[in-house]
Order: sequence, then structure tokens, then C-alpha cells
Amino acid sequence: MKYIDEFRDGKLAQSLGGAIARTANANRRYRFMEFCGGHTHAIARYGVTDLLPPNVRMIHGPGCPVCVLPIGRIDMAIEIARRPQVILATYGDTLRVPASGRLSLLKAKAQGADVRMVYSTQDAVRLAEQHPEREVVMFAIGFETTTPPTALAIKEAEAKGLDNFFVFCNHVLTPSAISHILESPEVRDIGTVPIDGFVGPAHVSTIIGSRPYEFFAEEYQKPVVIAGFEPLDVMQAILMLVRQVNDGRCEVENEFTRAVSREGNLKAQSLVAEVFELRREFEWRGLGAVPYSALRLKDKYAAYDAERHYGVADRQVADHKACECGAILRGVKQPADCKLFGTACTPENPLGSCMVSSEGACAAHYTYGRFRDIARKTAAGGAAT
Amino acid sequence: MCLALPVRVVELRDGDMAVVDLGGVRKEISLALVDGVSEGDYVILHVGYALTRLDPAAAERTLETFASAGLAVPAGA
Ligand code: SF4
Repeated sequence: MKYIDEFRDGKLAQSLGGAIARTANANRRYRFMEFCGGHTHAIARYGVTDLLPPNVRMIHGPGCPVCVLPIGRIDMAIEIARRPQVILATYGDTLRVPASGRLSLLKAKAQGADVRMVYSTQDAVRLAEQHPEREVVMFAIGFETTTPPTALAIKEAEAKGLDNFFVFCNHVLTPSAISHILESPEVRDIGTVPIDGFVGPAHVSTIIGSRPYEFFAEEYQKPVVIAGFEPLDVMQAILMLVRQVNDGRCEVENEFTRAVSREGNLKAQSLVAEVFELRREFEWRGLGAVPYSALRLKDKYAAYDAERHYGVADRQVADHKACECGAILRGVKQPADCKLFGTACTPENPLGSCMVSSEGACAAHYTYGRFRDIARKTAAGGAAT
Repeated sequence: MCLALPVRVVELRDGDMAVVDLGGVRKEISLALVDGVSEGDYVILHVGYALTRLDPAAAERTLETFASAGLAVPAGA
């Protein structure tokens, strides 16, 4: 497909890998965090790591909306879905995220809850129109890309005079998560997660623009390069980051100019500002409570707010004891460090959220990376004997 | 979840809707978030909505950058 295939060209990937190797200074290490799960997926799927010189390493970030949703919020969704009058509409990725008591939305559905997968928020509004006797709740999750569609759905329900459409809002904000990571002791003091720069979000940036990252570049002295989700985009962004580090620059550069501007999508931004406001804090899996990192419906739209309508209370639920998702989302550990990886926890039977979505670090590594680990170990072993 | 694809708009419809071509498959999507889209434009499609228009000239320039990066020899090398 146009604008996809040419950004996956294997020969160009090789030559970009060569350019990175030539540009990187052999006497130093470069560690970059790719914030988005979309980049994590591209890196794993196209073996980008194999094309990088050994002194350039990628660290996975927390930018997978399904992965960062804490168990408590899934439990709340299940509680709402179990009310007899409710149809819970949800994006497919959330269905298999493990909740408390070995439940998931999928299992709750098997037990009788009316949970339906939708492709878009428009489908959820349509369900509300088709079932005036029921209450349709959109389980709204995601970063800045899915928030404007949720806002539009609320406006559409309002325009149509629907009083049986609600939103269970779990929308989270990328910039707050990035500053939280940069403020974390692992990055700031202990230095267990040294980060020399960020590969910035692709699609999130189409909405918010490149401007919000200027603060991090300056305040935390970290280069940021916004990149598309195709493998060549990621490699070009890595090359640009290496150049910034070499020159001692900390700027926001944009590799994804075909879709991202400095201002972003102003229409979408004003729609979001009209419908949503900041929550004082929100619980993220792995990161804990992050101040001003999520949205809720404004009072003006309280009638569409599932949390208020059903009075479901926020709750904190600990993750599976052995699951390392939290540490992986903070960049402290890698999937293979988890004892359950590939044994008790697989995409068919996920124990943690990072194994559910294809953008989750564990799922991406399971699908594309685990044989590479074995190959590498065998090669290393072979060389030693 | 964050999967989004560049798609070509083949037909504009009422109510901010449009038909796009997704590698041969036709699909109806919403243009409510993006103003001024014409038939033939490429947009980035995500959960049923166009997030933004794709700029073909910028895409060309990026591809040229990839090609020249592979050839360039950094200063001092
Ligand atoms: S392999 Fe499974 S249990 Fe281990 S960290 Fe990943 S998601 Fe959690």
C-alpha cells in the first residue's frame, strides 16, 4: 500500500543501519526510549535492533494504552458491564486484559455480561440508538488519538438527544507520562535507566503537534525526534537522535513531517478541551499515580459520565505478583527478565497486560523476538567453544 | 490499538463521512476531525476517524532523506 511499503524497504533499512553505525561514536553508548507501543511493535517485527550497532540500544516505554490500564479500572468496567441494563462497548484490545479474580471482560461476557466489541465510537452511539431500552457504555481508553473520537461520540449523542449513551472515560495523556518517567528516581538519581533521548509518538503527535515536547527537550535536556510507525521512520529517527547527542543538541525534531505539524490538529484539540478536563491524578499500571495525566468529562457533560451515573468507585488492585509489567513499562526490565514469559504467560493466555496488545512489549517480543534471543545465545555459545 | 493507516479518500459523503480505499478494501470513515479533505487525498485513519491529512510532498522528502542518509559519510569519518 502506498505510504506504507516504501517505508519498509529492506535495502534502505540496511543502509540506514550502516549510517547509524558510521555516525555513532564507538566510544560511547546511546540509549533511546521509544515511548509508543507502535514503535515497540515496529522495532520487534522488523528486527530493527539487529540493524543497530551494539552501542545503540532501545528501551521500551509505557506508550501502550492497553498495557498502562490498571487492574482497578478493568474491574470497574466489568462491574458496569454486569448491570443487566448495560451494553458495554469496547475496543477489541481490552477484552483479554487480566482483571481481578482471574476475570477479564471476555470471561465476564462468557458469564453473561453484554460486552460488545466496536471498531469506532460511532458504532457505540449506533448501538444506543438501536437499543433505547438499554444503556450503552463506551469503555473509552487510549492516548490523545482516541480521545477526539470519544468527544465526537458524546457530541453526537447530545445532538441526537440520546439519554442512554455513556462514556467510561480512561483517556490518558502522553506528555505527563513522559515527564513522570523523566522525574522517576530510576532515570534521575539511580541511573538504572539512562535515557539519552526519545523517539516521540507518531499518531499522538498528529493531534497534539510537536510543540508539547519542546518543554522536555529544554527542561530535561533530552533530544526528542517524532517518528512515524514504519521501520524506516524509526531508523531515521534513531540516526537523528545519534546526531543530536554527538552535537550536544537537545531539540525537538520531526521525522514524521508527512503527518505531524508543530501545532497539531487544532480542531481535535478544541473539541477535546470542550468536553474533557484534567483529573488531578490517575493510576497507571507500572507508573503508579501520575498527577494530571488523564481526562474526565466536564460537569457540562456529566449526564454522559458512566462513573457518575453508576457511582463506581476508583480502586487500587495489585498486579500479579510475578508479573514484571510495571518494571517493563518503566524501562527498568525487559520481557525476557520475567519468569513467566513464554511459560505461564503467552498471548493466548496472558497474565499481564503487556502480553495482551500487539503493542505490548511482552507480546511483541513473544511474537517476533524470542527466537532471535535463542539464536543470539546459540551464536554466542558457539563462538565461545 | 494505536494502529493507524494512510488511506486514500475515494468518495465524500454527507455528514462528514467518506469512503476510503484500504489496499483494495472500501470502508466508510468519518472526516469530522479534519477540515477541507478532497477526493484523492490521503488521510491517516484511526478507529474509524481521519486524524490528519497526509502531505505527499513531505513524504517524498522523507524518502529522499532515507536514500541520502545511506550514502552520506559523516564528517571526520
Ligand atoms: S511475560 Fe506476562 S507476566 Fe511477565 S511481565 Fe510480561 S505480561 Fe507480565
